Amino acid sequence: MPTMIPRRRREEWLLTLPTFFWLTLFFIIPTVIVLAIAFKPAAPHGGFGEGWTLRTLMELGNPNYPAIVFRTLWISAVATALCILIALPVGYCLARASRKWRQFLMLLVVIPFWTNFLIRIFAWKQVLHPEGILKKTLVALHLVAPDATLLYNAGAVMLVMVYTYLPFAILPIYAAAEKFDFSLLEAAQDLGSSRLGAFYRIFIPGIRRGLLTATLMVLIPALGAYVIPDIVGGPTSEMIGNKIAQRTFVDRNLPHASALTGLLLVTVLVVTGGLYVLVRMRKIPRALGRSLAATGTGNLTTTAENTAPVTPESIADLVAEEEKNKEENAEEDAT
Amino acid sequence: MKRSSLPLLTTIAVLVFFYFPLVLVTIESFNASKYGGPWTGFSLRWYKTLFTDAEVFRALKNTLIVGVVSTLVSMVLGTVAAFALHRFKGKLQAAHYGLIYLPLVVPDILMGISLLLFFVALKVELSLVTISIAHISFCISYVTMVVLGRLQDFDFSVMDAAQDLGADRLTAFRKILLPLLAPGILAGGLLAFTLSIDDFVITFFVSGPGSTTLPVYIYSMMKHGSPPVINALSVVLLAVTFVLVLYSQFLNHGGKENA
Repeated sequence: MPTMIPRRRREEWLLTLPTFFWLTLFFIIPTVIVLAIAFKPAAPHGGFGEGWTLRTLMELGNPNYPAIVFRTLWISAVATALCILIALPVGYCLARASRKWRQFLMLLVVIPFWTNFLIRIFAWKQVLHPEGILKKTLVALHLVAPDATLLYNAGAVMLVMVYTYLPFAILPIYAAAEKFDFSLLEAAQDLGSSRLGAFYRIFIPGIRRGLLTATLMVLIPALGAYVIPDIVGGPTSEMIGNKIAQRTFVDRNLPHASALTGLLLVTVLVVTGGLYVLVRMRKIPRALGRSLAATGTGNLTTTAENTAPVTPESIADLVAEEEKNKEENAEEDAT
Repeated sequence: MKRSSLPLLTTIAVLVFFYFPLVLVTIESFNASKYGGPWTGFSLRWYKTLFTDAEVFRALKNTLIVGVVSTLVSMVLGTVAAFALHRFKGKLQAAHYGLIYLPLVVPDILMGISLLLFFVALKVELSLVTISIAHISFCISYVTMVVLGRLQDFDFSVMDAAQDLGADRLTAFRKILLPLLAPGILAGGLLAFTLSIDDFVITFFVSGPGSTTLPVYIYSMMKHGSPPVINALSVVLLAVTFVLVLYSQFLNHGGKENA
């Protein structure tokens, strides 16, 4: 039916236009505006003036800024690495738990995830407070000096980041681990692999998509963090996000805020782009969507039956290789 | 086969790590002492202060207005977008997907400042309207992803069956697809609502003097207010979260049984 084609086309546009229009107007255009304002001169009383200039961008060369970018990168990197390291055994444990326990444990993981994040940060501020319980305990155990400050430094920022973003790492890793066929681990061990060896060579490659999603879900908000360094950090742990807010609300220097936002955007793009290239996976967007669909909605009980089992070729190859080695050994024994 | 106990121990340690500060806040909220610190007796005075603070209720009202508006709008827009993405493949949908995916991967401070400068450039006064626009913009992506996930599991042959049995497309859509998809759309809406009432960073950038939401008010309390009152408010919000998460799990189970 030739009339079907235009109708399909019309339907497609009808269904696509609303979001296309909305996100172009309120997401793409504002982003372009921000990047454009970076080339505007600053007005003396806040806001931005007429004409175009490269001065703001030149000012980013001021040694202050590279130091802040570097600090933002390393604080985010350490926090992300810690989150992944902790989330791996937790995701593994959740995926292997019995159905009933899994539901209960997921509930416990999800509740802090849904709790207002300002409240969680403020709770830590009280824990780390000079008069707080942690400081007193550590002093009593002679682990820190009585005049040490636990707050207002990069360590506090990283700790609270791990606390805040850990569920973001656990959920995708769990979602990937849940679809992982654990009998492969047993097979690898039967074939002579050590427990840790099987974990590294079979489990980690098997959930690599979940791992990458987890990394991005922690790293991106960490790079753009503003509230955490603002509340528990100090002058020595300022990040790009703090500077953006400071330029916007305190100095009202909008071109500077814009240039810093551009810098943040470039940092995020370079880091995520680098990760994509590093892992060489192109299907991440869909994977992220799926893990959001599986985790963000309280869909805590996706069963293995309604999701296609994911057995990446790498595992099959590894198992096949182990099998081959074993056969060869058997042959050698026979001769 | 013997399994390592390390994963279980880590999980237990993580749960302790998760709940220890929250438990502490709950205990402190009943502490009569004004500056936190040592226990000076059980007291409900911080809750009394909290519930007599008119500002809290005004902020709560604003939060709920923005939450409901942005949930409803993003539910409609996100569901429509998910249908487009699911039904049509091609360049247009690839671009569409990219556009919806992008807000998920940029830090929220970027969205906050770009919308602020956009409104400033257009000389739009900051109000609950600008906050709602901002919230809809980031909620759309989440709703779309959730509904798209459910659509991928959906068996479209029931639609064909309905049409074979004489239903026209609209009837099939209204009587078959929508009811079966409702739990997914609702789950997307619940996610949007939670994200909206929880958002601080973006809201902080696009809120004006008269349009303080609860997270923005909590932030100003954290900067200038008295800690025990924030603790009391934290406990109230924790209780609400608890009930909401339990309810969403219940909803999810109900949805599963129907499907």
